[in-house]
Amino acid sequence: MPERILMSPEDMQRALVRVAHEILERNKGAQDIVLVGMQTRGVPLAERLATTIQGLEGFAVPVGSLDISLYRDDISSLALKPIIHRTDVPVDVTNKQVVLVDDVFYTGRSIRAAMDALIDLGRPQSIQLAVLVDRGHRELPIRADYVGKNIPTSRNEEIKVYVKEVDSEDKVTLLSSDKEND
Amino acid sequence: MAHNLLISGGRILDPSQRLDKVADLLITDSKITWIGDKGTAPHKPDLTTIDATGLIVCPGFIDLHCHLREPGFEDKETIATGTKAAAKGGFTTVCCMPNTNPPLDNQASVDYVKKTAETEGVVRVLPIGCITKARQGKELTEMSELANLGVIGFSDDGEPVTSSRIMSLAMDYSRALGLPIIDHCEDKELSDGGFMNDGWVSARLGLKGIPKAAEEIMVARDIALAQLTGARLHITHVSTEGSVELVRHAKERGIAVTAEVTPHHLTLTEERIMDSQPKKHNQLAYDTNAKVNPPLRTKEDIAALIKGLKDGTIDAIATDHAPHTSVDKMCEFGLAAFGISGLETAFACLMTLVHCGELDLMTLISKLTCEPAKIIGTKYGGLGTLKPGCCADITIFDPSKEWVVDSHDFASKGKNTPFDGYQFTGKVMATIVAGEIVYRDNSK
Amino acid sequence: MKTTEPSSSVTTPEAFPPPSIGAWQHRHILDLDDFTREEIELVFEIADAMAEILTREVKKVPTLRGKTVVTLFYEPSTRTRASFELAAKNLSADTVSLDASKSSIAKGESLVDSLRTIQALGADVIVMRHLQSGAPYVATQYIDCSMINAGDGWHAHPSQALLDLYTIRRHLGKLGGLKAAIIGDIMHSRVARSNVWGMTIMGVKVVLCAPPTLLPRGLNSFITNCKLPNVSIETSVESALEKADVVMPLRLQIERQQSGLLPTLREYVQLYQLTEERLSLAKPHALVLHPGPMNEGIEISPEVAHGAQSVIEEQVTNGVAIRMALLYLIAGGKNK
Repeated sequence: MPERILMSPEDMQRALVRVAHEILERNKGAQDIVLVGMQTRGVPLAERLATTIQGLEGFAVPVGSLDISLYRDDISSLALKPIIHRTDVPVDVTNKQVVLVDDVFYTGRSIRAAMDALIDLGRPQSIQLAVLVDRGHRELPIRADYVGKNIPTSRNEEIKVYVKEVDSEDKVTLLSSDKEND
Repeated sequence: MAHNLLISGGRILDPSQRLDKVADLLITDSKITWIGDKGTAPHKPDLTTIDATGLIVCPGFIDLHCHLREPGFEDKETIATGTKAAAKGGFTTVCCMPNTNPPLDNQASVDYVKKTAETEGVVRVLPIGCITKARQGKELTEMSELANLGVIGFSDDGEPVTSSRIMSLAMDYSRALGLPIIDHCEDKELSDGGFMNDGWVSARLGLKGIPKAAEEIMVARDIALAQLTGARLHITHVSTEGSVELVRHAKERGIAVTAEVTPHHLTLTEERIMDSQPKKHNQLAYDTNAKVNPPLRTKEDIAALIKGLKDGTIDAIATDHAPHTSVDKMCEFGLAAFGISGLETAFACLMTLVHCGELDLMTLISKLTCEPAKIIGTKYGGLGTLKPGCCADITIFDPSKEWVVDSHDFASKGKNTPFDGYQFTGKVMATIVAGEIVYRDNSK
Repeated sequence: MKTTEPSSSVTTPEAFPPPSIGAWQHRHILDLDDFTREEIELVFEIADAMAEILTREVKKVPTLRGKTVVTLFYEPSTRTRASFELAAKNLSADTVSLDASKSSIAKGESLVDSLRTIQALGADVIVMRHLQSGAPYVATQYIDCSMINAGDGWHAHPSQALLDLYTIRRHLGKLGGLKAAIIGDIMHSRVARSNVWGMTIMGVKVVLCAPPTLLPRGLNSFITNCKLPNVSIETSVESALEKADVVMPLRLQIERQQSGLLPTLREYVQLYQLTEERLSLAKPHALVLHPGPMNEGIEISPEVAHGAQSVIEEQVTNGVAIRMALLYLIAGGKNK
């Protein structure tokens, strides 16, 4: 089943630049913002947003990484992949506007776990959510504040995000895992 | 009950007569009366025929060493269940050890065993009396009285006789009776609470080991005392290369020592404790079914034991059948009881040595029949032989029958076997005691 | 491979290749003899993440919420038991601690019955320490939940060996090629045995050093039969210490002298105590570890115990992180 490319590298870049602008607009500047990328691919996306904001405002927004393995609501799933990545948030999040950054927004469970993790780290003044792709099918009442691209999908489809820093290329693809087809 | 039995077409194998031929065998009134060519038996009324085509017919096996546990430990075994197990294993005579409760150190206890064996026993049961009162190692039993009751020898088995002084007195005393002192050779200070052979496996498993020297020291001591006193000495369950050497040397010097070895010591090493067989889990087993005293040893010891069997250093094979309840075995290795319930697997286990060419069949059968009979003597008539005129104790087996051991099928109450799940080739098909069929294999 | 300057401060561990494991294979953690190198490295990775949690003000994550961890100790222990209980609590598990000397077990209940009762109470993980070698291997045949061996007799103590290796790696940056001297009552030491397995897997050369009466007679053939070419035996402590990167004296129990294995404690101290002078035979950066509790003045001098090369207290901290990692891996794999 061939992967269909939905976003090219340029599409991704433009979306991220727009999201960076929206973050600055909503928060009235870069002060007090902390970008926290969700492991794994949310982290380089957060770093790219920080770079863009630096270019726009001349201000270095701190970037952290968050691993939610320890906050999942279903520990038995870790049997398949028990690896934990780094949680490293270099500043105190208390009283800050934390912008969580993730590649794909789907059921919302990862974000719920991320919010629990953030609140264990401190008391942010607000938690906002920036995602590159929103594919729908929310199972929890959570919404994204900033969306790179809305891509409605069906449940047997899969969105794959490739980021250069991890996968050596930038693209977003759609994969159908429909077993009736070849 | 007059009863005539014809065993037809089997391969008659009798080491006592050096007989090995296909023939018919006739039993009349509990005795073997005739062996001859097929179809030529003298006609007898009321005749039952057993078709033994393709099977081997030999004298009934004699076990010099087993624990029937009654009186006192009936949850582990009774004379009834133990003798049923013996019959299944092809044993027509078993010699029961006196570490019962009360022990067989007095007339009443020995009488009890004899009477119970007569009414409930399925095979011949010959008692062994204690060497010392209550097996405490301090005072000799009334050996002469016990001899008159029919004990075939004296043993404190389970325990050694630690005091050399007492042992030499026991040997002196027994010499007049012509009965052997049967010793469990273990220097208890050296074995000192160990659980298995002291070697690399015990180092790996973190278990206290019993050094081979603990057995060899007592074997050497007993041999020296046998030489000193001129008594008959029989050494139980020899397990080490060193012990075999000592016995060989003693025999060369003309000392009246005999020795026995168990089927498990001939076929299993200490490594069996580490692995459950067939391998159930991908982890260590600490299998208490392989916990036995003396402990399972090494490949080198097995080689020496087999050599000892072949050159006559070791006279007999005896099971040391030691049944235990599951409570006694289903626990931490250090806390588990020592012992293997061996009557029902002995023969098949020994056949593995025949099938892989280590031991020939005639020698094996002799170690189970005429050789133990020599040690028992003629007090009970001609045992371990198919000579016409002798008692019809006969074992019929199929040397090629394949079967899988399932302890749930044991007649013995003791299911503690390290051979559970093993596939063996060779099975007892029928056991006859004094002309009565006491066991028949009905499986197909 | 990045090498680091000798120093006794914590250094960044060299970048191991990321563990290439799929699912966690061990339902129980009884010893390190069946671990692969990748599995040990995975435990370290997860322990790193757990160590980060231990630096927070709120040292808790909800990972094992709703799971019950029962500690069942047949042998007294302060640090190991507390370490496991804290590890479980940090992961938000419910903990129950059973002191076998005070419970129905003392009344003669069998091990199997005790475990079945505990399982029926709803334990997801049982952490057991037992006097008898092999007890966990019997136990796991009769339970469905998972078990972590907190020490069985003389046989194994896997979490201790893992935290020892982890501590060494955090300081020296690597494990392969190091020389470790384990000195003391090897015969009765589950710490020595598990470290033999763990260190061998990670490429550490191990020297086991003890007076002859405290070495198992079968040790040499154990090394041969289990194919452990990097493990050797010494009776001279000076030879064992020479150029060692890691020195681990073992606790000598007073009972050993009482049961006749040593003529006097004094002679043991004279021949085997880890003093500053003896320690100087090892490499300058050598670490001093001890499984605890220490008998200061017996196997280790107070100066060395509290000296600059001692990482003994850090072992305790790392122990919590390692045990959190083990509980995480075990409890997560439960529903397979």
